[in-house]
Amino acid sequence: MWLTRPFNERSTRLFLGILLAALALVTVLNLAVPAGHPLHVSTYTVTLLGKYLSYALLAVAVDLVWGYLGILSLGHGAFFALGGYAMGMYLMRQIGDRGTYGDPVLPDFMVFLDWDSLPWYWLGFDMPGIAFLMVLLAPGLLALVFGFLAFRSRVTGVYLSIITQAMTFALMLAFFRNEMGFGGNNGLTDFRELLGFDLRSDATRLGLFLATGIALALGYVLCRAIVASKLGRVSVACRDAEARTRFLGYRVERFQLFVFVVSAMLAGLAGALYVPQVGIINPSEFSPIFSIEVVLWVALGGRATLYGAVIGALLVNYAKTVFTGVMPDAWLFALGGMFVLVTVFLPKGIAGLLTYRFQNQRLTHRREGEGATTTTGRGVSA
Amino acid sequence: MRMLPRCLSGLLCLCLLLGLPLAAQAQDDPGQALLAPLDTASYADKGEAIEAIIASGDERSRRWLEALLGGKLQRHKDTGQFVVVVENRGRSWPVVDALSFEDAGEMSRRELDRIGINNALRGQLQGALAVLDLHADEVRDRREAARELLGDVDATLAEPLRAVIDGEEDAEVRRLLEQALAIHRLEEGDAAAVDALAGSLNSRVRSALNVASRSEDPELAAAATSALAGIEQKMKLNRGLETLYFGLSLGSVLVLAAIGLAITFGVMGVINMAHGELIMLGAYTTWAMQQLLPGQPGLALLLAIPAGFLVAALAGVAIERGVIQFLKGRPLETLLATFGVSLILQQLVRTVISPQNRTVVSPEWMSGSIMLNEGLSLTLNRLYVLGFALVVFAGLMLVMRRTRLGLEVRAVTQNRAMARSMGIRATRVDILTFALGSGVAGLAGVALSQLTNVGPNLGQNYIIDSFMVVVFGGVGNLWGTLVAGLSLGVINQVLEPWAGAVLAKIVVLVFIILFIQKRPRGLFPQKGRAAEG
Repeated sequence: MWLTRPFNERSTRLFLGILLAALALVTVLNLAVPAGHPLHVSTYTVTLLGKYLSYALLAVAVDLVWGYLGILSLGHGAFFALGGYAMGMYLMRQIGDRGTYGDPVLPDFMVFLDWDSLPWYWLGFDMPGIAFLMVLLAPGLLALVFGFLAFRSRVTGVYLSIITQAMTFALMLAFFRNEMGFGGNNGLTDFRELLGFDLRSDATRLGLFLATGIALALGYVLCRAIVASKLGRVSVACRDAEARTRFLGYRVERFQLFVFVVSAMLAGLAGALYVPQVGIINPSEFSPIFSIEVVLWVALGGRATLYGAVIGALLVNYAKTVFTGVMPDAWLFALGGMFVLVTVFLPKGIAGLLTYRFQNQRLTHRREGEGATTTTGRGVSA
Repeated sequence: MRMLPRCLSGLLCLCLLLGLPLAAQAQDDPGQALLAPLDTASYADKGEAIEAIIASGDERSRRWLEALLGGKLQRHKDTGQFVVVVENRGRSWPVVDALSFEDAGEMSRRELDRIGINNALRGQLQGALAVLDLHADEVRDRREAARELLGDVDATLAEPLRAVIDGEEDAEVRRLLEQALAIHRLEEGDAAAVDALAGSLNSRVRSALNVASRSEDPELAAAATSALAGIEQKMKLNRGLETLYFGLSLGSVLVLAAIGLAITFGVMGVINMAHGELIMLGAYTTWAMQQLLPGQPGLALLLAIPAGFLVAALAGVAIERGVIQFLKGRPLETLLATFGVSLILQQLVRTVISPQNRTVVSPEWMSGSIMLNEGLSLTLNRLYVLGFALVVFAGLMLVMRRTRLGLEVRAVTQNRAMARSMGIRATRVDILTFALGSGVAGLAGVALSQLTNVGPNLGQNYIIDSFMVVVFGGVGNLWGTLVAGLSLGVINQVLEPWAGAVLAKIVVLVFIILFIQKRPRGLFPQKGRAAEG
């Protein structure tokens, strides 16, 4: 069974073990340890960690396409934001008549704009089933159309990167418009409850944190399963030698499209988990700089490892929280410096540092054992 | 003889009452008789007095009326002498006599009475001054005056205007005056007046025709409507030309921003995401030059052209040597690293200079506009930038076609390995190309400082657009960049009126994404095996 294959790998078992242990630990420290105790984890911290975890899921999605398919997407923030908006629309509808204007159907900003009925694309978002389906479908469809057009005409490399950036930039401009019906500048906010649970209660927040952690675990296993499958090996082949793979008879664009769409859906899921925790979604999530920051998380953590993406996302966002609190001006210097240093000095990221010794040993073992000439692959080429 | 003192004192009283000065010389001056009626509380009487001054044809009337309009025509409370205040600051003001315009020393402001005017009089005075301006010596002043008169002609002005028209030599002034008169006739219901107005783009002519087209007289309404339709046609053409102009102007900026990127991308196959920040550096160099040379914005701007080129080129070489050379063969990581550089440069400018926008002054010879006709004027700064872009383009073209460096750059662009085996030092070419491309970005910044605000975010907005131009035009082809940049600019401006600025941008982005479906190598792809990258 292809879904169980990932568990054969030590890294998966280790990662899942650490993740689940951390989830359990945070829950215990939040619930069982009394407030004021130095080990107590406040609900604020829990939500912050939940936010990091949703970022980590996004990073895993980016690593799937960048690390294993060789596509540097500078537009994954768009899929993340689309998933977030789908969730935000559901949450908006849940407010019902408790908004400032008390309109039972229309969200506040539509009343404010003098709209008399819901636009067609808002219909059905009061039903959680449809809304949660859209969390996956909206980014998936965008990725399908975009990827189909791009991969069919063999747009790759820096071209593809910039085009994805243009895509998210165009979406940002579009979502900034009030006429789009997504709240314009202010986005969607002022959420009350999710599936009947009050979003402001501590229990719901802990629940969201746990849900995000579990989603991350599942997303990780899914990606690992894809990577370990035959499909994954073909996509690695596409990454390393696209033309050769094509000559071998594989329809490269189909593999690219499949992985790209799966990755976009994961990003959408991450966005949907992110929105109820931070309580707002606005067009700035579409901004190109956010998408490129995500790429940095992956690069710092280590590409084509999946767990590296998680490490990178957690580290960079923790650093961001600390930096912007202590000296906000220095953050962009630090971020820019990280971009340069990581790409120049740490091409394999932190994960590369961790596994460097280990892999070296294994490689020498194997060479000695087989006693044959192993041709080193081209490795991870950009 | 006992009568004499009484007579004298009576005369004195009378004089004071009438406000006539005592000096005999003043009594003889006809100007005194013209000014005297102004000293009345009734605005209607003042209006008549102004009419009288205009009708008199006295050569000083212009100065009188201007002084009156500016509140500077004043009357001495005791002597009744009319004076013009030269400067009303402090307690005592230097004045000149209103009749002789000779220096009359200083007078305390308590001694003086201002001749007040109200808004109706102000309008009357402005109209009157306009008619007076029609006698100016300069043709330009007369044209300006005639233009001012459009829509302001009333029955009282009509007669003097006809006389002016007959005596006028300049055809343009005559035409404008005819139009001014025609508007007046139109207002009185004369359908024949429409002919004189047809084809004029002046907004006052149009509003007069608009009023006439709703008139009850069917003949007049029909004539006015058809004249309006003709004007509308002409305006549409004007708007089209204006859109084209703005489009070319935007396009020239895009070309300037993109052409440096096109060169570096063509030669090295890497995108320098800090390209936008190099543009920003060029713009800040202009600002810094103007700070160094206060009061000489024009000279500073001219000096900023080489300075901006140098600053950006040095920064570019620093980026190439410091970052990009270590990332050979890893274009995606180059993209990330240079993005980091762009963040650092932005924050550096924010920290060192200011997060706020800086203003760069436009020198005098760059402000203003050329008026092609009454609906179409081309702003000079955009025209200069357009010209500058073409000059830069031509210069680059020369470098690429006529110099050793250009030859080597083209060779490396086509086939790096082959070029190297022919003895071209590719690393040196890389550095020089990067310097050249970055320098051109600096030039773009100098030009942009004349069109937009100079701020830390200036460059950010151009990197995506620039790359779109490169993709659209085809890599390693300067002509492609030129055509793509100009046409994208025009497309953007054409779409803007009916789609809005934001939507126009989105449409262009979508268009380019679809465009590379058909032509993945751009408008002008490189031919031959080199293109099979």
